[in-house]
Amino acid sequence: MSEKKLAIIATKGSLDWAYPPFILASTAAALGYEVQVFFTFYGLQLLRKKLDLKLTSLGNPGMPMPMPMPVLLQALPGMQSMMSVMMKNKMKSKGVASVEELRSLCLEADVKMIACQMTVDLFEFNNSEFIDGIEFGGAATFLGFAGDSDICLFV
Amino acid sequence: MANFDQELDASGLNCPLPILRAKKSLAAMESGQVLHIIATDPGAVKDFEAFAKQTGNELMESREEAGKFHFMMKKS
Repeated sequence: MSEKKLAIIATKGSLDWAYPPFILASTAAALGYEVQVFFTFYGLQLLRKKLDLKLTSLGNPGMPMPMPMPVLLQALPGMQSMMSVMMKNKMKSKGVASVEELRSLCLEADVKMIACQMTVDLFEFNNSEFIDGIEFGGAATFLGFAGDSDICLFV
Repeated sequence: MANFDQELDASGLNCPLPILRAKKSLAAMESGQVLHIIATDPGAVKDFEAFAKQTGNELMESREEAGKFHFMMKKS
């Protein structure tokens, strides 16, 4: 069986958007795919040693709320943190893996993770803020792999 | 129920954890050995079919019993 390839660009750094790249990357690796994920802009947050991912209901009218709440209230200080904690608890109770768990499963399964060097410099991140086992590269690095991939996703 | 060499209880775990745990268990097993997987995620039924198709491991059995899903997977 020839090895299939999955290439993903992860551009978002919120709790909800952290899931698609890590779920697909870890599952594809389990199915025998060779996988590369390129993290750029806010997606770099997903590679930090200490993950502090949050989600927000602002600008997201599709987000199910435990109780109806006017948008102005949702913008109050502390609301975003509270919602993020509630979502993490709900996920835990439903047996959904944490982002940390999925990320380490990806690393175990040899998913290659590449941090976009340009945005690392742009946001003045220090390479030591990121987890071990990742690489740093640019658009050409990603395209080199993506050009031969069977599935290519922009998240 | 057919014989099996190893059992994996993935009850309460949601997508994609049953697949990932099964992959890990199979990796430590020998060719021809059978893994019995128990899951409660209804999505696992289709997922294990796709897993078998893609990896070449044989899904010998897939059935529901008392609200749980049981799979027999033979390592290729």
